[in-house]
Amino acid sequence: MSLVGVEHHEQASLSRRLLDAFRLDPMLVGLLALLSAFGLITLYSAGGSNMDLMIRQLTRLALATFLMVAVANVSLRVLKKMSLWFYLGGVLLLIAVIAFGEVGKGAQRWLDLGFVRFQPSEFMKLAMPMMLASYLSDKVLPVGWRDLLISAVLILVPVLLIAKQPDLGTALLVGSAGFFVLFLAGVRWRILTILGLVAAAAAPLLWKFALHDYQRGRILTLLNPENDPLGSGYHIIQSKIAIGSGGFYGKGWLNGTQSQLNFIPERSTDFIFSVFGEEFGLSGALLLVFLYLLIIYRGLYIAAMSEDNYGRLLAGALSLTFFVYLFVNTGMVTGLLPVVGVPLPLVSYGGTSMVTLMVGFGMIMAVGSARRFLR
Amino acid sequence: MPPREQLKDNYQETCLIRRRLIVAAVMVLLLMSLVLVRLYVLQVVEHDHFSTLSNSNRVRLKALPPTRGLIYDRNGVVLADNLPAYRLEIIREQVDDLDDTLLRLQQYVDISPQTIKKFRLASRRRKPYESVPLLLNLSDDQLARLAVNLHKFKGVEINARLTRNYPLEQHAVHALGYVGRIDVKDLNRLDEANYAGTSYIGKLGLEKYYEQVLHGEVGYQRVEVNASGRTLRVLDQQPPVSGKNLYLTIDSRLQRLAEDLFKGERGALVALDPNNGEVLALVSMPSFDPNLFVNGISYDDYQLLRDPFQRPLFNRALTGQYPPGSTTKPFFGLNGLEDSVISADKKVFCGGYYQLPNEERKYRDWKKEGHGLVDLDAAITQSCDVYFYSLAYNLGIDRMSAFMKQFGFGEKTGIDSTSEQPGLLPSREWKRRARGMPWFPGETLITGIGQGALLVTPLQLASATGALAIQGKRYQPHLVKKIESDADGTVENIEPTVIGQYHLKKQLNWEHVVKGMERVVHGIRGTAHRISRGLKYRIAGKTGTAQVFSIGQDEEYEEENVKKKLRDHALFMAFAPAEKPEIAIAVIVENGGHGSSVAAPIARKLMDAYLLPKIEQRKAAKTSAGGTAEKKP
Repeated sequence: MSLVGVEHHEQASLSRRLLDAFRLDPMLVGLLALLSAFGLITLYSAGGSNMDLMIRQLTRLALATFLMVAVANVSLRVLKKMSLWFYLGGVLLLIAVIAFGEVGKGAQRWLDLGFVRFQPSEFMKLAMPMMLASYLSDKVLPVGWRDLLISAVLILVPVLLIAKQPDLGTALLVGSAGFFVLFLAGVRWRILTILGLVAAAAAPLLWKFALHDYQRGRILTLLNPENDPLGSGYHIIQSKIAIGSGGFYGKGWLNGTQSQLNFIPERSTDFIFSVFGEEFGLSGALLLVFLYLLIIYRGLYIAAMSEDNYGRLLAGALSLTFFVYLFVNTGMVTGLLPVVGVPLPLVSYGGTSMVTLMVGFGMIMAVGSARRFLR
Repeated sequence: MPPREQLKDNYQETCLIRRRLIVAAVMVLLLMSLVLVRLYVLQVVEHDHFSTLSNSNRVRLKALPPTRGLIYDRNGVVLADNLPAYRLEIIREQVDDLDDTLLRLQQYVDISPQTIKKFRLASRRRKPYESVPLLLNLSDDQLARLAVNLHKFKGVEINARLTRNYPLEQHAVHALGYVGRIDVKDLNRLDEANYAGTSYIGKLGLEKYYEQVLHGEVGYQRVEVNASGRTLRVLDQQPPVSGKNLYLTIDSRLQRLAEDLFKGERGALVALDPNNGEVLALVSMPSFDPNLFVNGISYDDYQLLRDPFQRPLFNRALTGQYPPGSTTKPFFGLNGLEDSVISADKKVFCGGYYQLPNEERKYRDWKKEGHGLVDLDAAITQSCDVYFYSLAYNLGIDRMSAFMKQFGFGEKTGIDSTSEQPGLLPSREWKRRARGMPWFPGETLITGIGQGALLVTPLQLASATGALAIQGKRYQPHLVKKIESDADGTVENIEPTVIGQYHLKKQLNWEHVVKGMERVVHGIRGTAHRISRGLKYRIAGKTGTAQVFSIGQDEEYEEENVKKKLRDHALFMAFAPAEKPEIAIAVIVENGGHGSSVAAPIARKLMDAYLLPKIEQRKAAKTSAGGTAEKKP
């Protein structure tokens, strides 16, 4: 990975020194800035050139960037110490949501703390990898059966609580964050294979008992969207039409008929990639995916270069979770995966996921700077 | 530090995690490739397919209904035009719950079950994204109430559309007919594509007969719509071609006058120009306001029009079939002369009744004491029945029906309107076919005075009168004079069509008959003598009285004692000026009693209205022509 070798000993420019002073990773900051720019351009089109929407998104981006910088300056040891408390706090909040949470769009996800409406499941996306990384970094690797069992419990409790809300997308992201820590911590392939088989065997049972009707419906719809073109298949059909009609070069910014004429549902949030695909075509999509991969690989590189296991596991799991966002979202809008509420990271309109993601990148940068400054 | 910590091998663990990170990086690449392949398939391989879908998503064909052609009278007076009216329309695709919407709409306006039924019918032939009218012609009050509350209804719109309007209201309705909303019967006969945006169709009369000409051709607009079906912009369009305008032969001034002359009586009148068949006035009284039918007539209004006695909806002029009575006498007179059964000066004694040889039954004359010795002239002038009983007896039914057929009796004239009836011209053959009985000689006598099975429509009688006026040439009566196209400015004149020609054997025969007819009006003893006062031209005419019910052999007919309903129909047929006919008229006043008292005056006044201005004009032209001639050296 030649593109990630940044040496802070070289003659430093002013901006470099500034970034260093804030303990930021220049490469990651640059890529994130580029992605955000892409995101804003797409959102302008998807939101029907609505400036209010843009201003709200920019405000969130500013807040998220501020939090990212703040988190990047927290030392890894502090992060590690906070892990358990964050995790326990998160689980308690999830229980609180089930008990007193607000219902929105048919699911109970929000907790109103009076001054701010808060989504504990979102918080769990960070607390989960922190907790597992903290737990496993002190253990002998590769992970043994006992630790695996304890980790499994640590993962399943919040995942089930979130799935119960029901919020399949977040449950998936939280679960995969935990799983990635386990995976990186070296769960033996044998065990992974057995787990995979058990999961395959359990799938029919899950289908029958764990999934809600609407979730089953989405999966059935994925398999045959034309079955129900005006109902749940509508989203997928319209999204595929949008992306497919974009062709290689796209219809041009603000010129996507599917997007501009409102045929794409949720076009500024979960389905924003359809707008992007229609207006910028395959060429634009390749560029965007390339940008995402660079960000992911930069995160994985920082993980690999980290000096201690907590940092490696945390940064690695967070980078891979970011990939899950990307994969599930693009897979969903292209009709590869069932419709699950996962936004396109840093592009979709919406504050909560953006803050979570940027704070996650703050943590990755904290891992990166730990190597540089705490040596 | 706990003892387990000592077992940790940092280097090994670092290597382990790094290996796993590399595995993860490879997995990321593989999975992302899957998405990229998927994108390639969608955006490159299946691009054309999705492009087509995308276009059909956003582009829709919208029908543009043509403007219905206008109808003018012969002088350019508007008889039917189109006025903008506000309509309540529903786009089903945008309505979540149609029944609920209809129910809620009723809080603001009355919507009858029939209206809803019609709406559902109309919905069937419109696409879900097209608007379907629910209420046509909203009143100001309804409009205001709906407009204020419209925001509560998704998919409900108020649109201004053109609606047929008949400015003369109840006048000329039986000549024009009317349009109405398209119903199931219409659906079966119309071209669905061409009526894609149309709500009205000709239901009756001219409006129906000339439907194709008046309707025009539908246009189309390719429009871009958004996901909720709202039109955003027009991509291109093919404008509709307006229907053609009709100029009628009807003179609305005469038409209105004729209708007023009936003064509330029931009956019919047809006035035409015998020289070309142009119908100048076509009256059936009472009439009704066709505007009621345009937007669907209410139940109450319709019940009023269904009065079994007045029958305003019944087009008496075309559909009404009456015994012509004595108005047939000039025809049979000519028949007798032409077939040499009589001669003009041969006299017959009228003693008040006629008897067939070897038969007891008396065939009565309307004049109990009889007319004494009468020749043809007197027989026509005084309408002597006995003369014509004798004439009919000598002619026989075969010659009579053959002759009458040549003047169009018993056949439709083929006028350019709907619901014309053929009347009935009896013959031996007819009787055998229709009744399964032989012809009796007595029936010949009855036929000879225009009674019995013989039936005519007022139009037929006018047409036959016209043919008699111009010595046997019969033009097809028609209502449309020219068809004008707004689109390309072309004008199609309707040429007169000759549909029958009786060749006179002797010109003199005809002159005898017409002389008799003139004396009906101008002679001292003429039955219509009372209308001759102050006449500036000569009218040739014949009164008639059609029996509504028959009187017993020895009963006497006393007008006062008979209920109005059972009184005879009064008829009059005439043409004028007698020496060079320009107008032929047939009038029937139902239960009007004798033809001379009610029917003839109507004809006289109408002829005055038509001819006097022409005579004045000619006089003026002559004087000025004479003036210029004098100046010339």
